[in-house]
Amino acid sequence: MSYLELANVQKRFGETIAVESFNLAAEKGEFVSFLGPSGCGKTTTLRMIAGFEQPTMGTITINGEDVTYKAPNKRNVGMVFQSYALFPNMTVADNIGFGLKVRKRPKDQIRKRVAELLEIVNLPDKGSRYPYQLSGGQQQRVALARALAFEPQVLLLDEPLSALDAKIRVALRHEIRAIQRQLGITTVYVTHDQEEALSLSDRVVVMSEGRMEQVGTPFEIYNFPSTAFVASFVGTLNLLPGVVAEASTGGLTISGQQVRIARGFEGKAGGNVSVALRPEMVSLGPGPDGSNRLTGKVSDVSFLGSIVRIRVSLGESGPTVVLDEFNEPTLKLPQLGETVTVSFPQDGPLVLDAKAPVESVEELIAEA
Amino acid sequence: MTVAPAAQNARGALPARPGRRFSTAWLGVVPFFLFSALFMVLPVGVLLAGSFEDPVSGAPTIQNYIDLSEPNIVEAYGTSIEISLVTAVVGGFFGFLLAYAVILGGLPRIFRTLLMTFSGVASNFAGVPLALAFTFTLGFQGLATKFLADNLGIDLYGKAIGFSLYTKLGLEIVYLYFQFPLMVLIMAPAIDGLKREWREASENLGASPREYWQHVALPILTPTLLGTMILLFGNSFGAQATAYQLTSGSIPLVTLLISNQISGDVFHNIGLGYALAMGMVVVMAVAIGIYARLQRTSERWLRS
Amino acid sequence: MTGPSLGPRAPGALESIQSSARPRPRGGVGAGRIGSWIIFLVGVIYFFLPLVATLAFSLRLQPFGQAYRNVLNDDPAFASSLIYSLFIGIVTIVISTLLIVPTAYWVRLRLPRVRPYVEFVTLLPFVIPPVILVFALLRAYSGGPLPLTVTDQGLNVLVVAAYVILSFPYMYRAIDSGLRAIDIRTLTEAAQSMGAGWGRILWAVILPNVRVALISGAFLTLAIVIGEYTIASFLVRPAFGPYLSLLGHDRAFEPAAVSIISFGLTWLAMGIIALLGRSSRQSVQVAGAR
Repeated sequence: MSYLELANVQKRFGETIAVESFNLAAEKGEFVSFLGPSGCGKTTTLRMIAGFEQPTMGTITINGEDVTYKAPNKRNVGMVFQSYALFPNMTVADNIGFGLKVRKRPKDQIRKRVAELLEIVNLPDKGSRYPYQLSGGQQQRVALARALAFEPQVLLLDEPLSALDAKIRVALRHEIRAIQRQLGITTVYVTHDQEEALSLSDRVVVMSEGRMEQVGTPFEIYNFPSTAFVASFVGTLNLLPGVVAEASTGGLTISGQQVRIARGFEGKAGGNVSVALRPEMVSLGPGPDGSNRLTGKVSDVSFLGSIVRIRVSLGESGPTVVLDEFNEPTLKLPQLGETVTVSFPQDGPLVLDAKAPVESVEELIAEA
Repeated sequence: MTVAPAAQNARGALPARPGRRFSTAWLGVVPFFLFSALFMVLPVGVLLAGSFEDPVSGAPTIQNYIDLSEPNIVEAYGTSIEISLVTAVVGGFFGFLLAYAVILGGLPRIFRTLLMTFSGVASNFAGVPLALAFTFTLGFQGLATKFLADNLGIDLYGKAIGFSLYTKLGLEIVYLYFQFPLMVLIMAPAIDGLKREWREASENLGASPREYWQHVALPILTPTLLGTMILLFGNSFGAQATAYQLTSGSIPLVTLLISNQISGDVFHNIGLGYALAMGMVVVMAVAIGIYARLQRTSERWLRS
Repeated sequence: MTGPSLGPRAPGALESIQSSARPRPRGGVGAGRIGSWIIFLVGVIYFFLPLVATLAFSLRLQPFGQAYRNVLNDDPAFASSLIYSLFIGIVTIVISTLLIVPTAYWVRLRLPRVRPYVEFVTLLPFVIPPVILVFALLRAYSGGPLPLTVTDQGLNVLVVAAYVILSFPYMYRAIDSGLRAIDIRTLTEAAQSMGAGWGRILWAVILPNVRVALISGAFLTLAIVIGEYTIASFLVRPAFGPYLSLLGHDRAFEPAAVSIISFGLTWLAMGIIALLGRSSRQSVQVAGAR
């Protein structure tokens, strides 16, 4: 049985529907991310799990118990806020021990537990400091320790790293995941940063405008996006407009140039579709026999560290293809304005209709 | 002018080019300091110097300060301090409750706007008009006095109750009229500054609303609460016009002693008058100093 | 050291009016909410009773409104003292502006290290209550090199000087927060690149942008000056405060009428400040006891 379950949860604010038909079954110890842009409802859903908002419809169950209408201070879930929300009038130790103090645990038990947690989050000698004396990253670790101190059933994190510098963010997220694994605690992590979500989670829920767009492992979400939104939100993506030539054999044209998709797809001849193509699938040059080829002019070459990103414009006002090449010393870079051919395999792209999601992910995986 | 001034002013300021630039900037602030020196610092310095001088011979002495232990003066300090303490505590307590009531107490939101606007005006309402207004209300012929006597049979000024507006108690009631609003105006933003996340975090950690107030909210507000009460103390300590209008100087207050000294050398000892004035300045300075210190702490916390 | 940001910190007043738009946990269930209502009502009674009483007293003289007629028509001292105080108030505002604006500007732009000293000086008027200030001024200028207390004009100088000092905390705070809201560095550089000198920059670029802050500080100063008693009476000035005080000792009903008139004016000034503040997020200032 799943440990944390949201069944058909909906949240309305007056006329606006903030969250619609949210369904999730998370196992014990699982790390689930809610990923999406601002306003997509991910934080509202998290707050409903925490008890700060009440669902208009649906139920929330933790470890078999229906907590939908339970007061937030009785739910035994630990929450880490985006702004840390450390109590400024208390030391780090008092902050961490607050949950235990409220539960009337004996003083020495609290002291021991606080010391334990300070070790876990790697701040062993900061117990007597005050929050304002710590850096952002340190404060966030204290917030994490505080949420874990009373051994909650579920850990909730609301964009905990968004206020921090990039380098600290990367280091801290690994720490968070390591601690989570070590403790085996069921975790929900809200973020708008897809890199965070993909690198940390067992599963990702991609949300947009209150709806769940897709639920799946990071691998599934990235490689088999079920809707155009997911495809474009996660990772860099080429979304090229295509015109259907012959759907059953996978023929279509992009900017007038013929292209064949390995799998057949649905569509009437002459209809418009979107072709989703990852930059790493596209290569410079004509590629092996049987590859799809497109010709265009180089409009930009940019260095992204280990990768060189080349933009090729298909036609005057045509769409741009973005392709990534590994940055090697032997790489011969094209000039701006040079006409080049780029290629991608026939089974590379996904054909999407932005309005309706394509076949289910399971079918896609089965066919891959 | 060398390059050094430019480096000095580097933090957050335009680089000062050597020469004319630098002195022009100083020119901008000199009038301000000069004016303050001429009409505030130096005159008070005269008082300070005079307080250490023997009024007749001009020789340096601390006798004036020793003379402050004269019973009249001690009584005046006592009364001033008592009134200031009472109005600070009562004003602080009830002012805080008022601010809390309109912000977190579940009242219609318009009440808060009304209270804030009114407080902005009322905290400025002191001195002669205030004293007059209370005379019209609770004075011997006052509206409320008459109302209570005619309709409820309560004779405020009668022997049984023996109330009088022109006493310590009366003055305290009047002073509260500008103390409450001051407290409200300063506490409201502080209460506002209580972040929603703190309440949520405390709930999330298992605390009840009462525990939240006990362990988190009130402690966070305490520096502001205390600091403002001390400000209220100083506010009341330095008030003169209201007391004078109300009591014509019949209540021993430090400010009234000083004003009596100004109008006619009642002490026959100008040095004593100076010492009295400086004593008051010291009290005010300590009060404002403590307030400033507490304000810094509360700002740090509420900003976090 | 950053100076203590001080004053009766009423910057909250308008900020709190505006932030009341932010959703707050609507607290108070049952008993809590009743308590809030009781507190509020007690507050309302306490605050309104004196005002109602004053109004009632002012109308008691028959025929209706006679007290007002006596004051407005038959009492030349009313108009003359009010005009005198208004005049002094305006001069105070002008001088205070001329002193504060350049100071606040340069402190912000060029001399941030001077800020603590400037803020300290603007705090001193709280430490030196009016009665002590006037005492000091009288002693300092009643003889010696600058005997201002012997001539009428000299006393006028002193009273303006005292009010300017009194206005410092409010004017500085108002103007400083007004300057904080605009990017004076960029404006100055832009003006300089177009060839403007300091005077023009202050006059044409800075001043218009802190107009609202300035007006709010100005109105507060005006309200303080008109109502002020202690300094005006000890410097023997024919100002509104001493006039009202005298009236209060001599007459019964006319003082009430004058009080109502002066409330009206004060509240008008405060109302204008609040109105201006609402549209531009400036702060309301607070005067202390007098």
